[in-house]
Amino acid sequence: MSLERPIEARQEWMGVLARASREQLERCWHETSTDAPFVELKPPETGLVMVRARSGGNGPQFNMGEMTVTRCILRGPHGVLGHAYVAGRDHRHARLAAAFDALLQLPEHRAAIMDRVVAPLAAEQRRRRAARWAAASRTKVEFLTVAREAG
Amino acid sequence: MYVAVKGGERAIDASLEMLARERRGDTSVPELSIEQIEQQMSLAVDRVMAEGSLRDRKLAALAIKQARGDLVEAIFLLRAYRTTLPRFGFSEPVDTAAMQVSRRISAAFKDVPGGQLLGPTFDYTHRLLDFGLMTAAPRPGVSSAPMPGAAAGPEQPPMPHVSDILGHDGLIEAEPSHGAEPGDITRDPPSFPVDRSTRLQALSRGDEGFLLALGYSTQRGYGNNHPFAGEIRFGEVAIAFVPPELGFEVEIGDVELTECQMINQFRGRGDEPPRFTRGYGLVFGHGERKAMAMALVDRALRARELGEEPGSPAQDEEFVLSHADNVDASGFVQHLKLPHYVDFQAELLAVRDLREKAKVRGAGE
Repeated sequence: MSLERPIEARQEWMGVLARASREQLERCWHETSTDAPFVELKPPETGLVMVRARSGGNGPQFNMGEMTVTRCILRGPHGVLGHAYVAGRDHRHARLAAAFDALLQLPEHRAAIMDRVVAPLAAEQRRRRAARWAAASRTKVEFLTVAREAG
Repeated sequence: MYVAVKGGERAIDASLEMLARERRGDTSVPELSIEQIEQQMSLAVDRVMAEGSLRDRKLAALAIKQARGDLVEAIFLLRAYRTTLPRFGFSEPVDTAAMQVSRRISAAFKDVPGGQLLGPTFDYTHRLLDFGLMTAAPRPGVSSAPMPGAAAGPEQPPMPHVSDILGHDGLIEAEPSHGAEPGDITRDPPSFPVDRSTRLQALSRGDEGFLLALGYSTQRGYGNNHPFAGEIRFGEVAIAFVPPELGFEVEIGDVELTECQMINQFRGRGDEPPRFTRGYGLVFGHGERKAMAMALVDRALRARELGEEPGSPAQDEEFVLSHADNVDASGFVQHLKLPHYVDFQAELLAVRDLREKAKVRGAGE
């Protein structure tokens, strides 16, 4: 993840943290064992995001239906703000994701948390996708055309 | 005439107690957990999310448990719950072409880029009861552990939409590249005529049985539009959201969707060469029958726009959209159970009066 493009890097780790399970983040937080102070600017709150889609997959937008989402904003060390928006209603998940987001924006924490938290979680999510594809691709149809023999 | 309607409190309390007992059933049988419903009744969970118009697997499973498996009641519970939550905003439109697919088939083309993947489907089962499932026992080949080596394998190759392949040659109508701000029936009740965005929202949360019957009716000749299942895919798509306080897009998770692209009756008009037309279905979860029915009805409802003479129920927008919602329908049908004592007394008096008058007239003749 490039530091010259801080927004892209942040988008990537926020996506990884959102997809992780609460249990995974809990374990990572325990291992990080930081005593950095955090203030809840916006305590975890569950609400809805209306999912939009496009007619025909690529046409004009329509509102498809809503999903539950939990958000949280924490103020961490040096006043840095950690944000989280995660699918579902798990307040602890959102709080942990926001805390990691804050620490990841601080140069003194970033490398260690990228190595010990974000990279392993991203790798696990990649493995999960590969395993899903492996299962789906086994059901791929190999069509055979039966041709009448000449003569 | 005044009729007292108070006095039911004790009966209601006892009824609620009885409901709780019936829900639990025989207490010597272990109670269902939410996880069991979520994992092993997953298609019921999907239907409740789709028609409840709220994607949350755990809440849908809870609703099914509370409703004793009555899915329309569970849908009602989910709809009621969603009204208690604030709305943070709208997602970026999902990119279904980038779906991580579990299933992807086309009935129009044999060879599609990315291939045809059957995924988990009932299509090739024999529909014979499997008495092996009568008892809970480990089954060979059934494990949630990934296959050895699978996780180290490649990720999914690109899986373009079949309709886009036809679209390159102009053989199918192009979707307009942009539209007005889409309608939202959760905020503004539809006022007819409505645009396609409003119709698609109403159909996506509409009752599966109702849409299935309407879709079927088009196939049987009531507004036929010669459909081919151009493509059906089921899998996960990433949901991206732009929090206003950040101003950039973040992915908040993945959501399971089923998409159906119907390729329909072609037509040419004026200078336009003939091309196929489209119907679209998209629902939460794995709901193939629903997505297909939705695509058939979406196409039928485009009749006027495509210059067809609408004459069948499935082509009547006001009829379809006003009756597709099972929470609305269930509420209005079931309200007939509420006390109508006063109304009925009035009718009774009127009938007695008419009968009396008829008797007098009869005697006079």
